[in-house]
Amino acid sequence: MIDTPVVDVDAPTLTPPIGDRDHVVGPVSAPVTVVEYGDYECPYCGMAHPIVKELRRRMGNQIRFAFRHFPLSRVHPHAERAAEAAEAAGAQGPPRFWQMHDMLYEHQDALEDEDLLVYAAEIGLDMDRFVADLESGRHARKVREDFISGVRSGVNGTPTFFINGRRHQGSYDLATLMAAVSAAAMHVRR
Amino acid sequence: MTAGNNMNGSSAVSNQDYGSNVEPESILKPGTHAPHFNLRSTPDQTVSLSEFRGAPLVLAFYPADWSPVCGDQMTLYSEIVPEFRRYNANVLGISVDGAWCHMAYRQHQKIAFPLLADFEPKGAVARQYGAYRHRDGVAERALFVLDENAVIRWSYLSPIGVNPGADGLLRALESMTTKAAA
Repeated sequence: MIDTPVVDVDAPTLTPPIGDRDHVVGPVSAPVTVVEYGDYECPYCGMAHPIVKELRRRMGNQIRFAFRHFPLSRVHPHAERAAEAAEAAGAQGPPRFWQMHDMLYEHQDALEDEDLLVYAAEIGLDMDRFVADLESGRHARKVREDFISGVRSGVNGTPTFFINGRRHQGSYDLATLMAAVSAAAMHVRR
Repeated sequence: MTAGNNMNGSSAVSNQDYGSNVEPESILKPGTHAPHFNLRSTPDQTVSLSEFRGAPLVLAFYPADWSPVCGDQMTLYSEIVPEFRRYNANVLGISVDGAWCHMAYRQHQKIAFPLLADFEPKGAVARQYGAYRHRDGVAERALFVLDENAVIRWSYLSPIGVNPGADGLLRALESMTTKAAA
């Protein structure tokens, strides 16, 4: 009764739009860009992760995917550090970001510092650089910028998705996301 | 997100289901003096509106403690307290839950600001702000931004199942600061 879904006609808009500072995979020419605001320690984000991967697989070159950090640090004490670890990996090459991203989402119950080191080693990162980045908090600012952009864009929990800049209002099961992405792609073609 | 288009969710449903038992016409609008309150924040402490004179104040009425999601509204606002502080603003959450319930919820979710118990008489403050939901016996999900003189400068009634986020609050605080500087 209390959680009646309501269609929000003026859905919030992604601010700022996707740019150079973002982690993006998929062809630049893709008609649809999906952005996730996520938290590596959030169980709902963990559940959404394989769904997003499947969505990307099925939609092929129709879709470009970007990830921004939205760590809810007060309830998820490892989330901020995990986000910084993903950034530290990304600093060693864009594919590294996504490798670490997958690692973190696939090991949400093991996000202590020593776990992060194990993942970094498995990915084959320059460990000295990775450790120095984490210890100095070099990427904390980037993570906070992502978080603030989320607040400004109307993110109200995690995960929150934006499809071509508009906040996705429905649930994030595969069928709903596929339908939303297809609708966005149709809209672009018109 | 403006105060003008906020009546879609709750009142439509209640009129349909309850006929004459109508919900509040609307929440208090900008320009209104915020009604006084003095409510328990813990079993042995109270908080009153007058304590916050001299700085902007965010009042967030919400239906209940213990929403079963990570990023619930009060948790989200706790993460954003530093942004509110940039505008010198304080934040208060208000629901009809009792002070003991609030205390447990605050500790569990690490809420970073006081939660006030609009508990006895139940919902009295929410009613004064036009933010009481009679059919469910809980506060609406309603936001108010007050200026340093406790005048409402922005208000928003969210559909009760939708966490309204904080972008509207931050925009309201920003515009107040801009106007004050001009």
